[in-house]
Amino acid sequence: MKSLVHEFTKGIIRENPTFVLVLGLCPTLAVSVSVVNGIGMGIAATFVLLGSSMIVSLVKNFIPNKIRIPCFIVIIATFVTITELCMKAYSPVLDRALGIYVPLIVVNCIVLGRAEAFACKNNLAKSFLDGLGMGVGFTLALVLISAIREFLGSGQILGHTLIKGFEPPFIFGMPSGALLVIGLLLGFFNLIKNKKT
Amino acid sequence: MNLQEFLSIFISSVFIYNVILSRFLGLCPFVAISKETKPALAMSAAVTFVITASSAVTWLIYRFLLLPFNLAYLRTLSFVLVIAALVQLIEMVIRKTSPVLYRAFGIYLTLITTNCAVLGAAVLNIDMFFVKGRPVAGSFYYSIFQGFCMGLGYTLAMLIMSGIRERLELSRVPKALHNFPIAFIIASVLSLSFMGFNGFKF
Repeated sequence: MKSLVHEFTKGIIRENPTFVLVLGLCPTLAVSVSVVNGIGMGIAATFVLLGSSMIVSLVKNFIPNKIRIPCFIVIIATFVTITELCMKAYSPVLDRALGIYVPLIVVNCIVLGRAEAFACKNNLAKSFLDGLGMGVGFTLALVLISAIREFLGSGQILGHTLIKGFEPPFIFGMPSGALLVIGLLLGFFNLIKNKKT
Repeated sequence: MNLQEFLSIFISSVFIYNVILSRFLGLCPFVAISKETKPALAMSAAVTFVITASSAVTWLIYRFLLLPFNLAYLRTLSFVLVIAALVQLIEMVIRKTSPVLYRAFGIYLTLITTNCAVLGAAVLNIDMFFVKGRPVAGSFYYSIFQGFCMGLGYTLAMLIMSGIRERLELSRVPKALHNFPIAFIIASVLSLSFMGFNGFKF
């Protein structure tokens, strides 16, 4: 039981996919303009991670070792297509905002990385929790980055103005602001890690 | 199909919407391999080559296989597989025909399979040059050219970045910012300067 809890919690802080493993940054940087986009992308990626981790751990014994990567990619691509179609049907606004980054979840290193490093070696329950934990960690990282960017770039959070009369530096809504925020955040987390050791 | 269109594709995909600095595609190799100029150049050459080839192949697949059979929703799945197969094929051909080139590209070629820039270029081409399921006039050539230009943009960003990071080895960086963080901060300044190209939009 304890190990199951561990599989879930490790993805949130200790092995956070964005800040510790530094994986899957392309969508993180591109869609983190506003918190709503960040949450949408996080949920989409979590769904794909969950689905692919479960299926991979179920069929791991039937896949020949040599062609496992193409098999994983097909499984992941299936879930990405499901996500894409659902998003188009139920939330066209979000779909337009996320644009090409939804189909690009398929080449997100986190998803393939978890399938290769974890799900193909562990049982269903563990893989489920691992996928969920990683997904939650990814979503939290996205929400953090997008909250900083939305606040600094447009002075709002979730569309509500926080400080009246605050002139937001527009640059944080632009690509270079995203790179600056992630660079400084990574540095900040390194600083904390160095202090601890 | 006219010259002006090609020119605007060139400027927008090399400078204004640079693959790395504005679209954030292919960031992982951008920060991982940009420490020295030589491997960075080899990687970008391989990426340019694969993006151009895959733009052509994915356009053909979309136009002649997916559209006629009403399978457009299989776009992501089929493109990923086609790109993976294509990379394998190119690797085999290069290994047989030119061992020198093969040594230069080395492992980078295999890494490209999961490079978002390649799939991103393919998806972008389809989104831009197909209107309501029909190709616009000359869209095949536009797609190939846009793929090639995105590769050029990738090369440009990689070159600048690796040049800066080679110099950075000599300077004193705060311990917490070593490696990844400082790379992102440099990329941010680069992206800021690339924003100046926005004035070229026409």
